[in-house]
Amino acid sequence: MAYALQQLINGLTLGSMYGLIAIGYTMVYGIIGMINFAHGDIFMVSAFIAVTAFTILAAADVTSIPLALTFVLIVSIFFTSAYGWAVERTAYRPLRGSSRLAPLISAIGMSIFLQNTVQLTQGARVKPIPPVLEGGVVLWDAPGFAVQIGWSQILIIVTTVILMSAFTWMITQTPFGRQQRACEQDRKMAALLGVNVDRTISYTFMLGAALAAVAGVMVTVYYGVVDFFIGFLAGIKAFTAAVLGGIGSLPGAMLGGLLIGLIESFWSAYLWAEYKDVATFGILCLVLILRPSGLLGRPEVEKV
Amino acid sequence: MMLSMEGVHAHYGHIHALRGIDVEVQVGEIVTLIGANGAGKSTLMMSLFGSPKATAGRIVFDGEDITRVPTHEIARRGIALVPEGRHIFPRMTVIENLQLGTVHADAANYEADIARMFAMFPILEERQAQRAGTLSGGEQQMLAIGRALMSRPKLLLLDEPSLGLAPIYIRRIFQIVKELNRNHGMTILLVEQNANQALRVADRGYVLQHGEITLAGTGAELLASPEVRAAYLEGGHA
Repeated sequence: MAYALQQLINGLTLGSMYGLIAIGYTMVYGIIGMINFAHGDIFMVSAFIAVTAFTILAAADVTSIPLALTFVLIVSIFFTSAYGWAVERTAYRPLRGSSRLAPLISAIGMSIFLQNTVQLTQGARVKPIPPVLEGGVVLWDAPGFAVQIGWSQILIIVTTVILMSAFTWMITQTPFGRQQRACEQDRKMAALLGVNVDRTISYTFMLGAALAAVAGVMVTVYYGVVDFFIGFLAGIKAFTAAVLGGIGSLPGAMLGGLLIGLIESFWSAYLWAEYKDVATFGILCLVLILRPSGLLGRPEVEKV
Repeated sequence: MMLSMEGVHAHYGHIHALRGIDVEVQVGEIVTLIGANGAGKSTLMMSLFGSPKATAGRIVFDGEDITRVPTHEIARRGIALVPEGRHIFPRMTVIENLQLGTVHADAANYEADIARMFAMFPILEERQAQRAGTLSGGEQQMLAIGRALMSRPKLLLLDEPSLGLAPIYIRRIFQIVKELNRNHGMTILLVEQNANQALRVADRGYVLQHGEITLAGTGAELLASPEVRAAYLEGGHA
């Protein structure tokens, strides 16, 4: 029981990060109908920006943890959004209106480009940072096993809940969110009404990148190490989360992220830890076969 | 002069859809475009929005050349379109659809405009929280018109507003067109297959055939013209 509770905490932490990344996949798919396979690498870039920012702070002898985290978050969100914007601008916008396959290939190219750039400039080795948030709280000192939640886990879960609420509010309640959804449903009509569609798409990429940046900072804090290849697996898992929740659906991405995190965590704990990736991708296959529209997605057939 | 198209050509891929169009709309007029399916009526309307872009010729709206202006900017200049097939946003509520009509409009007018729309289309007030996709065709058409009017346009384009609607709604649509023009001084360009009704409400009309204007005149003149009668009025649309 205590052990299961611990896995629940770990799974929620992992799921929060997948969820944050998954939103980027689902929003981009919603608005331009393509899977941005470079999104995982955007996340990886954000983790490197976080490492750099932490290193600068360490050199400057900043010791206040809240201050440091805020600074790193702001820096990482800012630069990662710029990356998101640039990727859309250079790799996808010129291909808008071409066949569906073209931007997909471009996305894979962009993914390789980002990985290689980081590998060349930052090195292929794992980059560690000094521990930022150590320790935690013992929630339940059960006989033989103490359930613990780390400060970094609390940080991750709380930040994710706040961000997702803010994000949901923005999409459902604000004029920008309305225009964003209008572009999703009928891009041409949105333009006819005066919505600047290109700009809305740019903002969508930047928002997705910003959320991935938060996940990138969290991963850096949580694991303490990054390398140029972390974007691949995290990206594909977040993509799986988006598909599981229903690609194009915002709550779906959040739910899918949590479920993938929980499944991975429980699978590792009770079955075979070395097969946890197999579990995730097995689920991807099952969803695609049994329920391609995902848990909260709309079936493709709806036409009004 | 509200709008003038001077020698406008436009292409859809390899199809030469508009071949030198000259159309004028004066302030306060209702002008109608009639013509068979595929004559280029919708293309003409869409070309005003730069989609497709005019490959030759000039479009002047309210004294400014808008031939090369991007689509989303055109709406900001004061042209609003009720497109063929309505194109409401089906998974948004009625009220959200109306709000999307004001993307570029002054937020200060919002309350007054929404009240005006609800007065004109009471059904929209009743259904305001409902998803627009659940409305009937006629109700969706009202919504599309309401959405266009929310931006207080100088020129309203209506593309086949009566298409596929029940007779009661068709009557209502033409009534609205007249009201908007007479009571609010709205300048309207109307594309219709229902040539008879359209010419009755219009001050002037153009006949479009294979991407060219073949005939122009007042509504009454066109109604009386033997060519128009033979081609568009006695073929079952009357």
